[in-house]
Amino acid sequence: MTGNEAMAEAAIRAGCRAYFGYPITPQNEMLECMAARMPAVGGVFVQAESEVAAINMCYGASAAGVRTMTSSSSPGISLKMEGISYLAGADLPCVVINVARGGPGLGNIAPAQGDYFQATKGGGHGDYHMIVLGPATIAEAIELVMLAFDLTDKYRVPVMVLSDGMMGQMMEPVALPEPIDPTSLPAKPWALTGASGRDPNAITSYALDPRDLKRINTQRQTRYRQIEEKEVRYRETETSDATIVIVAYGTVARIARTAVTVARSQGIKVGLVQPITLWPFPYAPLRALSSQVSTILTVEMSAGQMVEDVRLAVADRAETPFYGELGGVVPTPKDILREVKRNVS
Amino acid sequence: MSVNVQNMIKVFERPRSLTDAQFSYCPGCHHGLVARIIAHTIDELGIQDRVIVVGSVGCSVTMYEWFRCDGIQAAHGRASAVATGIKRVNPDLIVFTYQGDGDMAAIGTAESIHAANRGENITVVFINNQVYGMTGGQMAPTTLIGQRATSCPDGRNAQLAGYPIRFAEIIAQLDAPVYVSRQALYDHKRIVAASRAIRKAFQYQIEGKGYSLVEMLANCPTNWRMSPVEANGHLLNEVVKAFPLGDLVDRG
Repeated sequence: MTGNEAMAEAAIRAGCRAYFGYPITPQNEMLECMAARMPAVGGVFVQAESEVAAINMCYGASAAGVRTMTSSSSPGISLKMEGISYLAGADLPCVVINVARGGPGLGNIAPAQGDYFQATKGGGHGDYHMIVLGPATIAEAIELVMLAFDLTDKYRVPVMVLSDGMMGQMMEPVALPEPIDPTSLPAKPWALTGASGRDPNAITSYALDPRDLKRINTQRQTRYRQIEEKEVRYRETETSDATIVIVAYGTVARIARTAVTVARSQGIKVGLVQPITLWPFPYAPLRALSSQVSTILTVEMSAGQMVEDVRLAVADRAETPFYGELGGVVPTPKDILREVKRNVS
Repeated sequence: MSVNVQNMIKVFERPRSLTDAQFSYCPGCHHGLVARIIAHTIDELGIQDRVIVVGSVGCSVTMYEWFRCDGIQAAHGRASAVATGIKRVNPDLIVFTYQGDGDMAAIGTAESIHAANRGENITVVFINNQVYGMTGGQMAPTTLIGQRATSCPDGRNAQLAGYPIRFAEIIAQLDAPVYVSRQALYDHKRIVAASRAIRKAFQYQIEGKGYSLVEMLANCPTNWRMSPVEANGHLLNEVVKAFPLGDLVDRG
């Protein structure tokens, strides 16, 4: 099945029972899959009048206590940023899937990674974070969509699955996990269910008194620190004897894996670090590697975004060259191998 | 003369659906009246434990603190989309939004029209006071021609800023809404009629009939630079000419 269909099906199996979306290429199959599947599982599907409306429907459905998701592609995700800031400010869980494409502006519909800053550094206003997960295969996408729902409920922080047009459109054979019964999920005592036999619940991101907002924001930051401590995920391949390491996420990590195999067959000691959580970013393992290797090469389908996090982790302990493709051009294993060879001494 | 309190019968009290919190409205403002009418309706219909208050951005921003009901604060203009999300996942809840003219008819035009067009089974209370109140009296989409506001200091000029939007009429031409009404609050008779409209809008939602909109012509003495009495006179003599009162749709 296609990545888009697989991510939609994974969401339903994770207990998602409310989906709101708007058409945009290359994620349309997710919207269409949800339109077909949600009624069958007793869930809610609404095709909204805009991405702005869709994310605000998510805000309402999540506040009512239901596992909720929306999906879009880069220009549509920009429109959702207001709503994502409100979700973060009101401590509401929600899963947002970005099947990213070339930008800025209308750009094109080819796969790209130019939304890394937007996803990991804010995008919307205010001091907030999303947990950002970057799958490299459809099997990983299924696994990470399931994980996204657990993390968003656990921490009450919106979670973004940052994929791209390649992931959304390609087909792979997949094994689907057993569905979760939404009624078996932990209760949400904060949800809006009607103030019957209890004090009223309020969902808001508003606190007029700076002392109140400071207190609320500080509590949220404490939660972010817990996430940074407990939820960093990454995959290291062939790094133990490496002199050069590639850092790549998502589609590029998949391509880099092939490049590593080819390079190893030619006797080049190259490894790969694939960050799976883009926020929280795996600074510590990269810091550790930076004392062992001479070069850490970052490869992205962008002009250089994640590389800033890599350089934060590595500082001046190793060389940190960058190779990026722009405009929806996807690097080949050969391209990456060329960059590796250029950077091995 | 001494009064024996024990022998007195309470004939008027604060609605049970309101908390003890004080409204943050200016003296003479109609917002408080509308909140009271809604709370009284909730009491009468016995739905306090099923109601979800969807507040918006504006002078009513902390509305969720005033009602003894679950509540949520929506981003500017998005209340009808937020209400859609809540109602769709839990149709047993009674969901109402409370939105001003800027919220409803400017920044939230798309969300407001499409929730109505889908026939969401919600109640929308739309406060039309022809001005952005909380931000200090800027021109609203409903500001009358010639009316002064801080962002049209010489009065609204139709050549530059268009005409006051009759939003209830826009909603009324859609097929889905079951009840669309415009009411005012400048005298007792009008308040009674407005209360009846609010009650009907909630009643239809309880009966699962669909989308209702009650537009309330309200005053804003502070930003109109008028006394409350002058403001009510302005509503009666000027505002109702631009915004005719009465039911526009009743498919109940």
